[in-house]
Amino acid sequence: MSLKSKSISSKSSLNEDERLKKISPLRVLLNRPELGALGGSILVFIFFGIVAGDTGMFSAYGMLNFLDVSANLGIIAIAAAMLMIGGEFDLSIGSMIGFAGICIAIPAIYWGWPLWMSIVFAFAMAVLVGYFNGIMVVKTGLPSFIVTLAMLFILRGLTLAITRLITGRTQVPGLRVLIEDDPLAWLFATDTFKWLFTWLGSLKLIELRTDGTPLATGIPPSVIWFIALTLFATWILMKTRYGNWIFASGGDKVGATNVGVPVGRVKISLFIGTAVASTIFACIQVLDAGSADTMRGTLKELEAIAAAVVGGCLLTGGYGSAIGAAFGAIIFGTVSMGIFYTDVDTDWFKVFLGAMMLIAVVFNNYIRKKVTESK
Amino acid sequence: MPDYLVQFNNISKFFGKVIALKDVTMRLKKGEIMCLLGDNGAGKSTLIKTLAGVHKPDEGEIIFEDNKIVFDSPKDALDIGIGTVYQDLALVPLMSVTRNFFMGREPQKGFPFLKTFDVEKANKIAADRMGQIGIDVRDPSQAVGTMSGGERQCLAISRAIYFGAKVLVLDEPTSALGVHQASMVLKYIVKAASEGLAVILITHNVHHAYPVGNSFTVLNRGKSMGTFQKKDISREKLLSMMAGGEELDKLEVELQEMDRIHKKN
Repeated sequence: MSLKSKSISSKSSLNEDERLKKISPLRVLLNRPELGALGGSILVFIFFGIVAGDTGMFSAYGMLNFLDVSANLGIIAIAAAMLMIGGEFDLSIGSMIGFAGICIAIPAIYWGWPLWMSIVFAFAMAVLVGYFNGIMVVKTGLPSFIVTLAMLFILRGLTLAITRLITGRTQVPGLRVLIEDDPLAWLFATDTFKWLFTWLGSLKLIELRTDGTPLATGIPPSVIWFIALTLFATWILMKTRYGNWIFASGGDKVGATNVGVPVGRVKISLFIGTAVASTIFACIQVLDAGSADTMRGTLKELEAIAAAVVGGCLLTGGYGSAIGAAFGAIIFGTVSMGIFYTDVDTDWFKVFLGAMMLIAVVFNNYIRKKVTESK
Repeated sequence: MPDYLVQFNNISKFFGKVIALKDVTMRLKKGEIMCLLGDNGAGKSTLIKTLAGVHKPDEGEIIFEDNKIVFDSPKDALDIGIGTVYQDLALVPLMSVTRNFFMGREPQKGFPFLKTFDVEKANKIAADRMGQIGIDVRDPSQAVGTMSGGERQCLAISRAIYFGAKVLVLDEPTSALGVHQASMVLKYIVKAASEGLAVILITHNVHHAYPVGNSFTVLNRGKSMGTFQKKDISREKLLSMMAGGEELDKLEVELQEMDRIHKKN
């Protein structure tokens, strides 16, 4: 019997190369979760290239504009995507953004803390919130949809109540003066590659202000964070043991537990991930605007999930990619800004967002069937 | 006395008033395939879970390589080399063959704190292992969902062996499979045993068990009806023991009666 199977195996290894060639490159591509979002991004760029090519949307300034919006959304979309791959949702992302904002602003303005300390405080609170979400979901076995929906209300309410209690208002301005010389704030508030833009400006390759300085001054911090997080998340998912555990936890909780994957720990860490990403988002926004607002981040959780879904994440978990979510965010960012350059009323943006998501879900469903199809 | 690899002596398990298992004894040598037969509700699942360390037996002892063993968790059973492949296989269809093969036990490379999942090595081992059992994995990064039921079963068994199982406990490995797929799995089980593993094959399908088994333990209503060597028992005898014998005989008589009445009318 064993001799027989050995002869089969040697035959099969001969067959291997031959059969590999039969898989068309298209099929290989189709098996990648980010394909849809990549294609969608290209379509969106072609569309605006034709409709708004001569309006300044694709000038350095215009591009940085929509990249900034995409990048901000991308930061939370990537964390949401990783959590979705792990089989859970986080609806408290938007509220966490508002909450983190006042966690930075109130200590810094009202309690006289140095800015860096308030930022560290905000991140510590994010870890706590994420941990709480995670432990609730893991210990109770309740759907994360419900647990984090509760957190959505709790955090938004806390944000409003605490801010009004301490400041008597719903906004906390006055942060801009604190940014300079702060040892931490520059991470979230520095435009990079300024020299490049000055140089391009001196060559008259990009638009200039009347005083001769370039209109676009540098790459905004959100874009750097966005790129760094995309690479980091992709590395984790594809190249680490923890990444495999994320897929396993989302794909089959029971099976993963049976073979020794610490599913609970994985999920809790992913919830901490979304809360921390929300706080990065909040830091960038608060320091850019110089003020915190209790309503910041409203509905951002849904946009993040939408971007993740467009990026190929399955709602049932176990499948998706960070690069896909990044492209999903680019699609939304580009359309939301690009629509200003066209004659289309901006009210139509939400219609587009919804339609895009529907198409993506139908497409993803089809792909999943293809991937899991039995011979 | 023959040297057994593993012995389960007089195992009993109670759930409150319910006697799930009573005085079940099974002894296996290296390279032996013991088929555990029983109808639904005979206590097969309870017995598997006891072997796998999920349940602690209320009475009886487990002796592995001449040492008395007490399992506190499924991990203890795994650690000494009792690998259980459950019916659901613990495979994720959307994940690749490699990622499933090494799920929870990924090989790593690199520096401390910056270790990466050694995908190349994992791919190679997974493809190699599957190749050894005659399953042509065209591409180890293909999703498990694209594999047939028999191939998935073999993957799960192969994984258990690779990670050090000396005793394989297989829960209904052929129940959801067609004839061709089932024979592929059975062939692999025989091969594994020929390489020195002890296999406990749990099934209610005598036709699958009889050709591959060396010995047969029949479970009925929580009690062992005895262990029989293949030469001492026929397929038909096993079948009738499993179903409680008389029941089938009674059925036959009733059917004949119905037939007779039918003909009369």
